[in-house]
Amino acid sequence: MKSTKSLYSYGFLLPAGIIFFIFFLLPTMVSFFFSMTRWTLTDWEFIGLDNFIMFFKESSLNIGFRNTFIYAVMTSGTKVVLGLLLAVLLTSSIRSKDFLRSVVFFPTLISTIAVGITFSYLMHPSRGLINTALAALGIQGPNWLGDPALAIYSVGLVDIWKGVGFATVIYIAGMMSIPADYYEAVDIDGGNAFRKFWHITLPLIRPAMNSVIILSFIGGLRTFDLVWTMTKGGPGFSSDLIASIIYKQYQGGFYGLSTAGNVILFVIVAVLAFPLYRFLTKREVDL
Amino acid sequence: MRKSGKIIAELFAILLTVILFIIPFYFILINSFKNSREASKMNLQWPNAFQILENYREVIQAQDYMLIRAFFNSAFITVASIIILVFVCAMAGFIMQRRKSKPLTIVHFLFLAGLMIPPAVVPTIWVLNGIGMFKTMAGLILIEVAINIPFAIILYSGFVATIPREIDEAALVDGAGSLNFFFRMILPLLKPVTSTIIVLTSVNVFNDFVNPLYFLPGAENATAQLTLYNFMSLYNTSYNLLFADVVLLTVPPLILFLIFNKRIVAGMTAGAVKG
Repeated sequence: MKSTKSLYSYGFLLPAGIIFFIFFLLPTMVSFFFSMTRWTLTDWEFIGLDNFIMFFKESSLNIGFRNTFIYAVMTSGTKVVLGLLLAVLLTSSIRSKDFLRSVVFFPTLISTIAVGITFSYLMHPSRGLINTALAALGIQGPNWLGDPALAIYSVGLVDIWKGVGFATVIYIAGMMSIPADYYEAVDIDGGNAFRKFWHITLPLIRPAMNSVIILSFIGGLRTFDLVWTMTKGGPGFSSDLIASIIYKQYQGGFYGLSTAGNVILFVIVAVLAFPLYRFLTKREVDL
Repeated sequence: MRKSGKIIAELFAILLTVILFIIPFYFILINSFKNSREASKMNLQWPNAFQILENYREVIQAQDYMLIRAFFNSAFITVASIIILVFVCAMAGFIMQRRKSKPLTIVHFLFLAGLMIPPAVVPTIWVLNGIGMFKTMAGLILIEVAINIPFAIILYSGFVATIPREIDEAALVDGAGSLNFFFRMILPLLKPVTSTIIVLTSVNVFNDFVNPLYFLPGAENATAQLTLYNFMSLYNTSYNLLFADVVLLTVPPLILFLIFNKRIVAGMTAGAVKG
C-alpha cells in the first residue's frame, strides 16, 4: 500500500518559500551587514558600528526610541481594553449590535492616508471640528498636532480610532467560540453577569486577547504611514518614530544609517515582542 | 425598571458611536460637495451651493486623469498579488499541516517570524535592483505577496487541520497524482478561508502606502494611495477636492465591506483566533 505521503510533495512549499526568501528573508539577512557600512546601493564602505553610535548619540535620531515605545504601549494598551469592552457590548443582547459592529469595524478598511488626512483637519487648532465641539462645552481645546508635547499622543488617538474595530472583531470571534453550556453552568449556580465575564469569558478569550496584544503592539512598533501623513514627525522631531526616521534617512540618501534603523527596530521587536509572545501563549487555557 | 435602564444604555452606546464614528464620515462626504470657500470653514453645515459633479470631475481629470491610472494600477497590483498569494499559500499551508518533520518546524518558525519582523527596506531595494525589478509593478506585486505570506499560510494550515485525512486516502486509492489531487480536491475545500484571505489581503494591498512609496516611486506608476498623498499638498487649500478624492478611494473598500461583512467575523473565528 502506498502511503499518503506521496500526495504531500515538499515541492508544494517551493513557490511560497522562494518568494518569501528572496523578497523578505534575504533583505533581512543582508541588512545586518549593510547596517555597518556607508552605502550607496552600488558601493559600500565598512565602518563598523558607527551608524549605531550615531543613532544613540544624535537626539534627532534617538527621540524615535522613546516615541516608538510610548506609541506602541499607548495604542496597544488602549485597544486591548477598549476592544474588549466593545466586544462585550456587541455580543450582548442589544438590538442594534449588527449596526454598531459594522460601524466600529469600518474604519479598519479605510486607508490610513485617508484617515490621516481627515483627522488632520478635524484636529485643526481653531477651525477643526473637535476643538469647535470642545469650545461649545466651554473647554479650550489644545493644538493637537502643533504642540510638540502632544503631537505623538494625538496621532496615537487616531490610530486607536482606526484600529479598535479590528481588536473588537478578534475578541468577538473568540467569544463566539465559547460553548454556551459554560454560561448555563454559571446560571445554574446562580451567578450573575459579572461572574460569567470574570470566570468564563475572560479566561477563555485568552488566545484572542493574546492575538490582540501581539498584533497591536507590533503594529504600534512598526507604524509609519499614519504619523507620516499627519505630522511628518514634527513639529521638529517631536513625533518621529523609528520607522519615520528610517524613511527620512533613506530619503536623505543615508542608506547605511537607514538600514541601521531597520536593524534596531528588528532588535527591539526581538527583545520585546518575542518574549511577550512566549509569555502570553504559555499561560493560555485550552477550551 | 431594568428594561428601561437597558434601553437607555443602548441609546447611549448608539449616540457615542454616531459621534465618534459616523460624524467623521459625514464630515468628509458633505465637504466633498461644497465649493472651496465653504469647505475651508471645516464645519458640518449643509452646503449653500452644491458642487458635487464639478468637484468629482475636477479630481478625476486632475493631472491628466492621474486618479484613473492610479486606480487601475492599484487594482492590478491587488488582483495579481492575491492570485499568486492564494495559490502559493494554499499549497504551502497544506503541506505544513499534513507533514511533520524537523526541517518543517524551522520553516514554520521562519514564516511565523515574518509576522513580527519589520521588513528591511533599503536592502529590499538592493535585492530588487539586483534582479532588475526595482520600480516595476512585478517587483511591488512580489513584495506584497511576500509580506502577506506568513498570515495566509497560518490561516490555511489552521484550516487544513479541519479537513479529514480520509479524503487523502480515498484519492490515493483512485491513483491521483499530488498536483491533480491538490487542485481538484483540496483547493475547492479551502474556499471559506480563501475568501477571508481575499478580503483581508485585498484591503491591505489596495490601501498600502508604505511599499509603493519605497518600491514603486515615480508618477507613471502611481498607486491610489500615493496619488491621494500627493493630492494632499496639491489641494492644501481646496479641501472640497481633497475630500472628494478621499471619498473616491473609500469606495472600493466600502463595496468589499458590504459584500463580505459577515464573512470577516466568520473567517476570523475559523482561522485567526485558533491560529
